[in-house]
Amino acid sequence: MAIEFSLNGIKTVFDGDEEMPLLWYLRDHAGLTGTKFGCGIAACGACTVHLDGAATRSCVLPIAAVAGKNVATIEGLANGVVLHPVQQAWIEEDVPQCGYCQAGQIMAAVDLLKKQPNPSDEQINQISNLCRCGTYPRIRRAIRRAAVLINQQEERT
Amino acid sequence: MSATTQPSRRQFLQVGATALGGLLVSNSLAMAFVDSDQEKPSKTLGDYIRIEPTGLVLIGGRGCEIGQGVKTALPMLIAEELDVSWQSVSVEQLPYEYQLVNDEERSRYGAQGAGGSTSIPDSWLELRQIGAAARHLLMEAAAEQWRVSPDVLRTAQGEVIHPNGSRLAYVDLVARASKQLPPTNVALKSPGSFRIIGTPAKVVDALAIVRGEPLYGLDKRLPGAKVALLLRSPVADAELSSVDVDKAKAVEGVIGIHQIDGPKAGEPYAHNLRAAVAVIADDTWAALKARKLLAAKWKASAASKESSAALRKSAVKALAAKSAEVVQEQGDVAAAFSGAESVFTRDYEQPFLAHATLEPQNALIRIDDDSALLIAPLQSPAGASRMIHALTDIPREKIRIQMTRSGGGFGRRLSNDFVAEAVKVALAAKVPIRLIWTREDDFATDFYRPYGMHRIEAALDADKQISGWRHRVAATPKVARDPGMAGAPNWVACHEKDEFPANLVPAWLHEFVALDSSLARGWWRGPLPTFIAFPVQSFIDELAAELVQDPLELRQSMLGKPRDLPYAGHGGPSWNTGRLRRVMDLAAEKIAWGRRGKLPTGHGLGIAAHFVFGGYAAHAVEVVVSDSGELKVVRCVAVADIGRVVNPLGAEAQIMGATIDGLSTALNLEITVEKGVVQQSNFPDYPLLKMANAPDVEVHLVNSQVDPGGAGEMGIATIAPALCNAIFNACGKRIRSLPITNQLREAVPKKHGVEKG
Repeated sequence: MAIEFSLNGIKTVFDGDEEMPLLWYLRDHAGLTGTKFGCGIAACGACTVHLDGAATRSCVLPIAAVAGKNVATIEGLANGVVLHPVQQAWIEEDVPQCGYCQAGQIMAAVDLLKKQPNPSDEQINQISNLCRCGTYPRIRRAIRRAAVLINQQEERT
Repeated sequence: MSATTQPSRRQFLQVGATALGGLLVSNSLAMAFVDSDQEKPSKTLGDYIRIEPTGLVLIGGRGCEIGQGVKTALPMLIAEELDVSWQSVSVEQLPYEYQLVNDEERSRYGAQGAGGSTSIPDSWLELRQIGAAARHLLMEAAAEQWRVSPDVLRTAQGEVIHPNGSRLAYVDLVARASKQLPPTNVALKSPGSFRIIGTPAKVVDALAIVRGEPLYGLDKRLPGAKVALLLRSPVADAELSSVDVDKAKAVEGVIGIHQIDGPKAGEPYAHNLRAAVAVIADDTWAALKARKLLAAKWKASAASKESSAALRKSAVKALAAKSAEVVQEQGDVAAAFSGAESVFTRDYEQPFLAHATLEPQNALIRIDDDSALLIAPLQSPAGASRMIHALTDIPREKIRIQMTRSGGGFGRRLSNDFVAEAVKVALAAKVPIRLIWTREDDFATDFYRPYGMHRIEAALDADKQISGWRHRVAATPKVARDPGMAGAPNWVACHEKDEFPANLVPAWLHEFVALDSSLARGWWRGPLPTFIAFPVQSFIDELAAELVQDPLELRQSMLGKPRDLPYAGHGGPSWNTGRLRRVMDLAAEKIAWGRRGKLPTGHGLGIAAHFVFGGYAAHAVEVVVSDSGELKVVRCVAVADIGRVVNPLGAEAQIMGATIDGLSTALNLEITVEKGVVQQSNFPDYPLLKMANAPDVEVHLVNSQVDPGGAGEMGIATIAPALCNAIFNACGKRIRSLPITNQLREAVPKKHGVEKG
């Protein structure tokens, strides 16, 4: 039976193996390779996407589980050429080294900032995505900066 | 001071020889800097520079970007001498292109490999010359147009300036400039006039990274390429006995199953590491499902007897063995020890380590009748080219190699075993292949950092001065079965001549005993420095405690007056005691070393310093160890002297990241083996630090005015000993075997008389 869901705001239908993890659907079938493969067991977070807005590890999520839901990936985060404040903060703090984990880190940070507009260090540290390069200190700085950018944006609107 | 030097005419002039245009690739591929339309005015100046009508300056990045920042830092060298603003520059990845020049193979773009912190020092003169030569051509073109001597002209920010104030933009000169004869020599800027070198530049790919664009090997696609996943022999040198493929073949999307051979037992690892059964499928999920259904039986292998416990026993035995290979002996060591008032001895142990690049190994390859195309995350593209040639006989110049951005490297991708697998599978399947390793594959079949034990002994005379030093290493040699290291001594990358404290003590003996293991060994970030600094810098701390001396003062007195001493290993031929002292003293100052001895209960300070591949590194760490043995890093100071810093923002990132890498490794990481099988299979077994346990790192760069060294490996070697020295200072527990894991939770409560909960 075909699975219908929204992918970055676009109505999408998939009628293949419903056990296929969302990650491999995104990478092999939807042409969206921004969501990364790191471990395959939901341990590293490189595959983090948003499922109805919540950060979710897509490498162990059967595509059947997204039926009727909204899936958002890193490719859908910016509004055209206008970056999301978290993306902007990531560039301003020069976070990436190899950069491979950063899409997942950004998706996790966006979710955190939605729930906690002014997160404490402890709340920031609850993000459990791995960064093999050790960019954590700059990730923390970028999340604090993004919180400021988002608050400024909301004051303007 | 400005240097006058000879640019490489060959390199500079070669335009249009080997265009990569016309490839049917869905993702954008980098191109050589050639004019695709010879009818139109040229926009290129040599192989590295193209100026677009918009004024955008495209500069080629030749290195392998594995997260160490070369795609940003190397083009900065060209842009500096070209004299354009960094804001006008966009960087494009250059491919590897084989050339044979005077019977020597090289890449059209020179040094492109990533290893040994060499990218910056190897490029420092050459890439600046390329920028300067292009600037010279632009000035010649302007001189011709204005009918003046080029000597009266100057440049600034992408324009040539006439003495009368008139300006011509580079973009309007490039066509004419491309017709000028290249200069025979060019003057380079004096460092005082640098505008880009030494200023912070952000990662050039940052926008593409945060937008999730397809930059990495795993993101690349070729038309018709099929996914390949391999079931490898679980132990080394085991051949396939039988495999039942029926169930796997029945999986929808599977199009073929092939066998590939591994190396013969004990032979060099010329190609791939293990015999394997390859599943070829339309997509990754089909391949994953099918691989699980393969029922493979493997022949017996001597490797299946191997265990970590037995290896450790052999190491202990080797430390006490009568004979060993002599790495270096100077002075009368025997006399120093026989005449010693006392001898201080300690043993240390370090585990196998995996690289665990977050992007697993992968390769995208198309092999045609007489050509091949490889798109992959690499650290040694020349090695990949040789590998493809060795397995296909396709002429080297017909093998095109595109390095992608790599999701980490750490030395793993210096080996091209995964390229060999992709070639063998593509030849068997006769389709382009997208080879993917899973995380489990990556842990099971790595080139691990060698395992080893160290015994260090100091002979002390009646005045408690060090009169002799012995440092024996018993380790699984890095060079074993490495075809690129044939004939190298066993101790390479595990011990070294002139290693600390050679030339600082009257007599020393460095020795090595080779241990046997079936696990392949490789280069692991800061290979030798990481392996040596932990035992040596821990031992000095222990010796200081024995002598009731401050460990910083003992190090200072050992280093003595600033002077150059020989160093035979990588980063030599000499090192300077004063530069090492400077980074160590700065680390001590920043952590406020004077507090040591006056710290609250449970707190401790530790320090370590080491000469690393031509640079100088130190860490100072403050920890707190609770009564129950819980460890917290309170402060972490990293200091490095890598000479002139090209990109301070990038260098800081490298040292910060390497510090966290080193902490992660010292605290929790090891690879162990049972019955020849690696016991760690995924991140829960190999727990890299997460954000919650990663401290902030205060990085201080000593911007000394000597030619620059690399930054990628500077922050890794000294953090483990500094941490363990701080732990000792905090709670009296000495860590002599890495990783630390539960050692504090087990030892400290006993010491404090606390019941284990």
